[in-house]
Amino acid sequence: MSENKLPAELISFIKEWKNKQGNLIMVLHKVQEHFGYIPREIAFEVADLLEVPVAKIYGVITFYHLFKLSKPGRNQIAVCMGTACYLKGGEDLILELERQLGVGLNNITADGEFSIEAVRCIGCCGLAPVMTVNGEVFGTLKPARLKTILEQFRGK
Amino acid sequence: MAYKNYILVCAGTACESNKGKALYEALDKELKATGADAEAQLVKTGCFGFCEQGPIVKILPDESFYVKVGPNDAQEIVAEHIVKGRTVERLLYKEEKEKTDPRSQDISFYRKQLRIVLRNCAVINPEIIDEYIARDGYAALEKALFDMTPDQVVSEILESGLRGRGGAGFPTGRKWQFTKNVEADQKYVVCNADEGDPGAYMDRSVLEGDPHSILEAMTIAGYTVGANRGFIYIRAEYPLAIRRLNNAIAQAKEYGLLGDHILGTDFSFDIELRLGAGAFVCGEETALLASIEGKRGMPVPRPPFPAVKGLWGKPTVINNVETYANVPVILLKGSKWFNSIGTETSKGTKVFALTGKINNSGLIEVPMGTTLREIIYDIGGGIASGKKFKAAQTGGPSGGCITSEFLDTPIDYETLQSIGSMMGSGGMIVMDEDDCMVDVTKFYLEFTVDESCGKCAPCRVGGRTCYNILDRISKGKGRPDDIQKLKDIGHAMRKASLCGLGQTSPNPVTSTLRYFEEEYRAHIEDKKCPAGKCKDMLTFSIDPEKCVGCTACARRCPVPCISGEVKKTHVIDASKCIKCGQCYDACKFDAVIKA
Repeated sequence: MSENKLPAELISFIKEWKNKQGNLIMVLHKVQEHFGYIPREIAFEVADLLEVPVAKIYGVITFYHLFKLSKPGRNQIAVCMGTACYLKGGEDLILELERQLGVGLNNITADGEFSIEAVRCIGCCGLAPVMTVNGEVFGTLKPARLKTILEQFRGK
Repeated sequence: MAYKNYILVCAGTACESNKGKALYEALDKELKATGADAEAQLVKTGCFGFCEQGPIVKILPDESFYVKVGPNDAQEIVAEHIVKGRTVERLLYKEEKEKTDPRSQDISFYRKQLRIVLRNCAVINPEIIDEYIARDGYAALEKALFDMTPDQVVSEILESGLRGRGGAGFPTGRKWQFTKNVEADQKYVVCNADEGDPGAYMDRSVLEGDPHSILEAMTIAGYTVGANRGFIYIRAEYPLAIRRLNNAIAQAKEYGLLGDHILGTDFSFDIELRLGAGAFVCGEETALLASIEGKRGMPVPRPPFPAVKGLWGKPTVINNVETYANVPVILLKGSKWFNSIGTETSKGTKVFALTGKINNSGLIEVPMGTTLREIIYDIGGGIASGKKFKAAQTGGPSGGCITSEFLDTPIDYETLQSIGSMMGSGGMIVMDEDDCMVDVTKFYLEFTVDESCGKCAPCRVGGRTCYNILDRISKGKGRPDDIQKLKDIGHAMRKASLCGLGQTSPNPVTSTLRYFEEEYRAHIEDKKCPAGKCKDMLTFSIDPEKCVGCTACARRCPVPCISGEVKKTHVIDASKCIKCGQCYDACKFDAVIKA
């Protein structure tokens, strides 16, 4: 994909951080914030700018759960699988979402509308079970409510 | 000008994500529209802790405690309470309605709590440094810089008996002393805010509700050990906490409380944030340091301890958020005062995130030595929907469970360890009779297997093998020697793993085997899940005697596998059933049998 190029503000961010210790993870966060994931060609660009081996960058990306190597769906669904949410039926939410969307966990629907992932505790245990869509939190969920929530985001 | 009323609105993550933001805006708009903003000040505060009832609004000075407030209630609150001075009865917390003198500290959720760490949460606006200063903020730093030598600070912390709140409970004063006594050209102070334990969110609430207390404590630590740089390692999943910390750092610098020549002295100290990226192992201190350095978060063997050789090879003091939050109070009120709270070996308070099958989920802070019964029944309001208490899990994936026989044991570091659990970071998950211990243990093992960094074999291979055994037990394929195998592997992992993650990950297995071996045997020998949770061993059927043919189950069934005409007995086709249990929940006549 040729549309993936580091924009000027990211380049200046990287240059600003270049001489700071422990910069790589901070830079990767910024890159992912912009692209939604870390495109391969960008990883190479970052390697050039920071003067570190690409292998080191991939070592870090693959170690940490948060960094993504492929583009997520237009709407990102994250179901909390912290202990409280698990006990209160978080897994049932995932099963129902998989049924509704026809794709499994960590996948994107064919039309690119939704991607589903399970995440660690997001700290809203009082509202368990919880999921977020594009960061918006939906709490005390029941599988039956999911359809309406999905409709709220589809095509918008 | 003094205001007649103060409206405190919770702006913690749980409330804010539950339309709390819209509520704040609605109140603001309403106040301005009615001109009441001259009499009442709207304050965005940190977490009240009573998340179950959020969003929460508290009005001072009469302390009316409004719960589950929505944006649509803003108009009534302003028109009635602020303008006319009449309490909005329907929004009061239900317990409070029965009393004539409603004061929020009388609510049973708060009565047994003692808030030291959370002293400013839900009191001040965390985005304004003056509010923190007005509550004695930065007075401890001033005291340390002008009236105390580093040695005096160390002995004050030592004498207070403060121990690390991140899990292991190592005496904080000793850590500081070690780092202080090492000669080095550069030292660092690190705050561990990588709250990875699922079901624990006290660190996030402190950072969101009282960020300056952490900055102040880290600066004191810097002065004490002779460091001029500090790092806060925080989860990227906590955007609100990150924003508030950045804001707090900028304000503290502006006030000369952080940066060069703090309060005009020769002491300089600077704090930067470093974000985590979702790796549980980074809560382990050596892995955390590797991650701050921008590397893969792999632990290294200790010794050398970070106090001697830490960040970039320099002496480093690392403490957890909750530990730091205690420091300013100890310096101000004295070690004797702090030492008088708690038990023989564990001083002060502990914050717990009380969640699971409990009526009042939320964040609570109690003196060490409080019993589980007080926490669950007095503060937590008992088990939800009248079920029976089975166990409380503390310490997350590294911890174990506390059963009903220990309800009256005073909780501190040592007692929890002696009954096979641990303090951990303070997640407390309450389970009832519907929760299967094999299933919960499998859940924790799945977590630690996923989070194992893979560096050492006992953790990488042992964890996976334990998980596989638990998985087959939960599917009714357990073998007679599986229990012994779990015990043996757990023993090996505890002895041979490199870091705390591997050493403690068999704990949930050991602990549940200790108290619930019968339940494991039922799965292995009788192929039954007594709690009715393990789906592979369940069958759903309909009792023809009880079924009235209301069709509720058939309409809910997602497959669908339930057939039957209106007002006639329905039948479940077991070959198609996916065991989702929705029919069981839908039936109002108890006709669906789960066995």
